[in-house]
Amino acid sequence: MNQNILIFGATSGIAEALARRYAAEGANLFLVGRNLGKLQTIASDLLARGAMSVQTFVMNANNSDLISAMTVSAWATFGSIDVAVVAHGTLPDQQRAEVDIPYAISELRTNAESVIACLIALAAKFEIQGSGVIAVIGSVAGDRGRASNYLYGAAKAALDTFASGLRVRLFKNGVHVLVVKPGFVATAMTVDLDLPARLTATPETVSLDILRAIIKRKNVLYTPWFWSLIMLIIRWIPMVIFKRMKL
Amino acid sequence: MIELLSWGRYPHQPQIPHSIYWPEDISRALKMIAISGQGAGLAFGCGRSYGDSCLAESKHVLAMQHMDRVISADWDNGVIFAQAGMTLADLIRIALPRGWFLPVSPGTKFVTLGGAVANDVHGKNHHVNGTFGRHVRQLVMQRSDEGVLQCSPFQRPDLFSATIGGLGLTGIILGVEIQLRPINSSQIDQCSYRFSGLDEFFDLSRLHDASNEYAVAWVDCLASGKQSGRGHYIVGNHAQSGPLEVAKASGLSMPFDPPISLINSASLRIFNALYYHRQQRKKINNTVGYDPFFYPLDRLQHWNRIYGRAGFQQYQCVVPESNGREVVGEIMQQISKSGRGSFLSVLKQCGPLTSPGLMSFPMHGVSLALDFPQRDQVNDRLFKKLDTLVHEAGGRLYPAKDAQMSSTHFKQAYPQWERVEALRDPQLLSQFWKRVTQ
Repeated sequence: MNQNILIFGATSGIAEALARRYAAEGANLFLVGRNLGKLQTIASDLLARGAMSVQTFVMNANNSDLISAMTVSAWATFGSIDVAVVAHGTLPDQQRAEVDIPYAISELRTNAESVIACLIALAAKFEIQGSGVIAVIGSVAGDRGRASNYLYGAAKAALDTFASGLRVRLFKNGVHVLVVKPGFVATAMTVDLDLPARLTATPETVSLDILRAIIKRKNVLYTPWFWSLIMLIIRWIPMVIFKRMKL
Repeated sequence: MIELLSWGRYPHQPQIPHSIYWPEDISRALKMIAISGQGAGLAFGCGRSYGDSCLAESKHVLAMQHMDRVISADWDNGVIFAQAGMTLADLIRIALPRGWFLPVSPGTKFVTLGGAVANDVHGKNHHVNGTFGRHVRQLVMQRSDEGVLQCSPFQRPDLFSATIGGLGLTGIILGVEIQLRPINSSQIDQCSYRFSGLDEFFDLSRLHDASNEYAVAWVDCLASGKQSGRGHYIVGNHAQSGPLEVAKASGLSMPFDPPISLINSASLRIFNALYYHRQQRKKINNTVGYDPFFYPLDRLQHWNRIYGRAGFQQYQCVVPESNGREVVGEIMQQISKSGRGSFLSVLKQCGPLTSPGLMSFPMHGVSLALDFPQRDQVNDRLFKKLDTLVHEAGGRLYPAKDAQMSSTHFKQAYPQWERVEALRDPQLLSQFWKRVTQ
């Protein structure tokens, strides 16, 4: 049976790696992103890698007027959707966000508001459908606000909380909600960061974890797995100490 | 911070990667390299060049492996157009189930399309299909002075021929369109002959090369006296029928760098003797998967680590057909006398087909490749002797493997280098090119 997969932010590194795994299984893919040229290149690549069919839809997730049109189009194309992945996002410049208010607000919009808007639109469709999985890419950064990236963390915490409530709401309809919390992943989004080599995963590893978590209906996935331990420790550090730490 | 080395890990010059995900990332990365003020950059694929041809003057490279998408594919005719960072392993995974295979396959599938073009790689079917560059229909490149452009044998043929075997110096290769070859099965009908000396190898090669698409020999370079030049000559063809199955990854990996090389003259002698005697019969026919046939070393990931932190050098030369037999004999004698050399040296008769590339390595004649653990003075002395033999015979060394050839020898062996230099992108320069041309 060929699955129908809907991906927002399909040009992001993790989304593309995940799409390749679904393509290899012969899935039908509906890709949503801002850049038509990139979407088309990814579409032809996924077809070569075994996808049954690939559709593209150009949209900026910040334009909430288009979101419903997009879900209508996705359901009209495939009839039903088995898995929807919400993977769009940016990595804000924390220092700039501390002084530039319009910038901070626009980054919050992209990473929290627009994600929540997508989740609302998806929930409406999945609730009627009565089956399927919604996977949303959060971050370990959302687990506790740290000085180095708390604007990004705040946005990810918002969608974490939202997804938690949505999971409870959709449970009785047979729809599952997964929150993925990757640690450091080497993608275009993190290209300017000097990430520690030993703690940095590839999108290929992370996408395999996500695929398995979707099959197992996990609620929250830390990927790679050791981030669950790291974040457990970080969450438990007493505030008196945490305030004095550079993390 | 992740740092990159060449495959031989000598010279030890860690490179700082600037990851490229989309073509538009390139100008930004080149700008950052320029700002660093340490010199020019270079595209870096899988890092399978052995010496310094994949190392940038600035030690800042454009890491191309994430540019690995199929742009278009015509499965009726076996024409595929992909981004240059796609590996041959990935391409096989995509094309093989549809009945298509690489027209030319080097000894590892872990190289990028861009790397295969830049080094104009060859394989066991050189005598039939020539080099990789012969099967390239079109290239898309980005030059710092001209922007994005296309070249082919018909469009900008000067740039095309300078780029095939051009060591990545004529611009960043973005896309490669190649003609694949059809296959009916993923299996290879193989025949292996044991031979006891070089003369016997040349006789076997003359007898069987023409009727087999693939031919190569493994030689024991340490055997001396009567056993000198003993080895196995292996030929193969794509099976006429059978499954079209992509090989599974082995999962074996060399997990760490031993402090010293595990390869030394004692362990080598044992290895080589065992390998030679593994086959007791004179001739064995069997059917094997394409993966063990073409890429036996790929089964152990990071195999280069067995040479320890000092690394190793590969010495690969080709000498013209006219006196190939004598010169290869002399080279092997010198190596045997030195008591050094590799587990499995590779001997291959190259065919007369010419490459479109200006600086392509293969020529009609005999090619020999061996690995040497890095030991500065010992290697220098031996390589100097071998270089003289090769160049007196009108032969040449393979830049993709080299970390030592002299500027004089390079310029003699590749007289077209000036045409490549004239078309070099001013923002790209390798340590190899600096060493042999400046």
